[in-house]
Amino acid sequence: MFHKIDKKKWYSIKLFLFVLPFIALVLLFSYYPLYGWLYAFYDYRPPRPFSDAEFVGLKWFKSLVENPVKVAQLWQVLKNTFAMSGITLGTSWLPMFFAVFLNEIKCVPFRKFVQTVTTLPNFISWVLVYSVAFSLFNSTGMMNTLLLNLGLIKEPVLFLQSSEHVWLTQWLWLTWKNLGWAAIMYIAAISSIDDELFQAAKVDGATRMQMIRYITIPSLLPTFFVLLMMNIGNFLSNGMEQYYVFQNAFNKESIQVLDLYVYNLAMGSGSYSVSVALSMLKSVVSVILLVGANAVSKLTRGESFL
Amino acid sequence: MSKVRVKTAKMHQSFGDRMVSLVCYIVFSICALFCLYPFYYIFINTISANDLSSRGVILFWPQGIHLKNYASALGIDGLFQAAKISVMRTIIGTAGTVSASAFLGFMFSQEKMWHRKLWYRLIVATMYFNAGIIPWFLIMKNLHLTNNFWGYILPVIVSPFHIVLTKTFVESIPKELQEAAEIDGAGIMTVFFKIMIPVIKPIMATVAIFAAVNQWNAFQDTLLLVTDTKLYPLQFVLYQYLNQASSLSALANTSSSSSLAAAAATTQTATSIRMTITVIVVLPIMMVYPFFQKYFVKGIMIGAVKG
Repeated sequence: MFHKIDKKKWYSIKLFLFVLPFIALVLLFSYYPLYGWLYAFYDYRPPRPFSDAEFVGLKWFKSLVENPVKVAQLWQVLKNTFAMSGITLGTSWLPMFFAVFLNEIKCVPFRKFVQTVTTLPNFISWVLVYSVAFSLFNSTGMMNTLLLNLGLIKEPVLFLQSSEHVWLTQWLWLTWKNLGWAAIMYIAAISSIDDELFQAAKVDGATRMQMIRYITIPSLLPTFFVLLMMNIGNFLSNGMEQYYVFQNAFNKESIQVLDLYVYNLAMGSGSYSVSVALSMLKSVVSVILLVGANAVSKLTRGESFL
Repeated sequence: MSKVRVKTAKMHQSFGDRMVSLVCYIVFSICALFCLYPFYYIFINTISANDLSSRGVILFWPQGIHLKNYASALGIDGLFQAAKISVMRTIIGTAGTVSASAFLGFMFSQEKMWHRKLWYRLIVATMYFNAGIIPWFLIMKNLHLTNNFWGYILPVIVSPFHIVLTKTFVESIPKELQEAAEIDGAGIMTVFFKIMIPVIKPIMATVAIFAAVNQWNAFQDTLLLVTDTKLYPLQFVLYQYLNQASSLSALANTSSSSSLAAAAATTQTATSIRMTITVIVVLPIMMVYPFFQKYFVKGIMIGAVKG
């Protein structure tokens, strides 16, 4: 009897030992960096080792709200972050409508073609997106050639070096890259709607728009809601890659989102400690947002997405 | 008989319905054009006469076709080395991620594991938080993974999303399969290698495609971790070319085009190099994507059910 329990226990531990090396990797690369948050409480200046750094308590956190230059910068950065995330949230219904109307196309080869072609940009990197943007919109690019030939402009326009409409153009590039891919989830959801609903509606003489309005869209709303909540959880995390590759001296002020600012602070101006302090705040607020959105989802729909 | 029925159904379509159809066709054709034309534009420019392409006159079809840009791309400083790094990190990184995901997805479906749920949650939680890139960078530096090829590979071996995908798939397989093998005396590793791997191949293919695209496209890790030019992948080299080109054109936007126009049709120009590298970097994705689309779609669907 005793021997048997031991054997069972040993087997369960053996299973654990097999995954232990991988758990160690996760601890090392995902949890150990949390220890790096300590840098936020020290005056760390890179060439000197961390052991020499002086403990300064909350100095850097205070400087984020007290130092007038920093406050102004941070204010602008937050404005950019909120604007770009806000535009993305406000247009998060786009993929749903893309899917709904794509579904109205009855010619299957054409539908498949559109689906394949529009999801392609999702799989190229931001560097390549920038390369595409640069090729089309630089001073000798397709857009300038076209506008010059049509006589709409006399001098080439430097679209990418413009400080105007940065939020909008960045949103357009993001949409170009993501729209088709984001629609796939909805396309699959549409195909799982019971066809009898549509047949019944047809018998009752419903038009296509009525079917979309009263059948398709209501059955997509749960999916939409979950994705919306996840977007809210990611409100502060726009990622830095897109904005990093598109940034230049001219648009820097309105393109710098929180993630990029954190990077520029550390790698550009060497203020590691302030940067870590800021990214620490961001991580904490992000987790709160995510848990909050999840709670809202639980309350209103009785379902959590975490 | 059925054909006739389809026809009458079509005839009964109201004017409004037909308008919806028409607008859909037009709008989606434009969407497709927006997604396809940029790549076509870049491609025709790389095979056109370089003096024409640098003036930006090639819009709809190539002129003065030549393939010299691709031949001389091999001679561009560091490009071959960058391609080697890109290919290596894609192969090694994908192999690592796929094996780890398959193994962990299988192991975490073993209910007998000691504190299984705790370990699984520990890994999945990393999808939803991160310490931030700077603390991560500082830790990577402490681990001597800056300017180190393994800095591209090790951090992404355990990838929570892919583990969730695989585990979901494994759990859909009847438990009897494993039980039968265990009655025959197979150990856990035998079950994994002999029984599981053949069955979970489809999901491994999905993970492989995702992981390979991620590795091929990765840029941020190089930006943070690597200063040694020998370790730059193609994406990073392309970015450098773009960056130089953009600062050049910002400084002298109109004068540059006239001076470049004097160059011969096959002499390398900033434009031709930039566009040729772009095609080289984008081509693997273009070739792979249409054939593997169903794997991508399957991946996002399983992920959606779970997530």
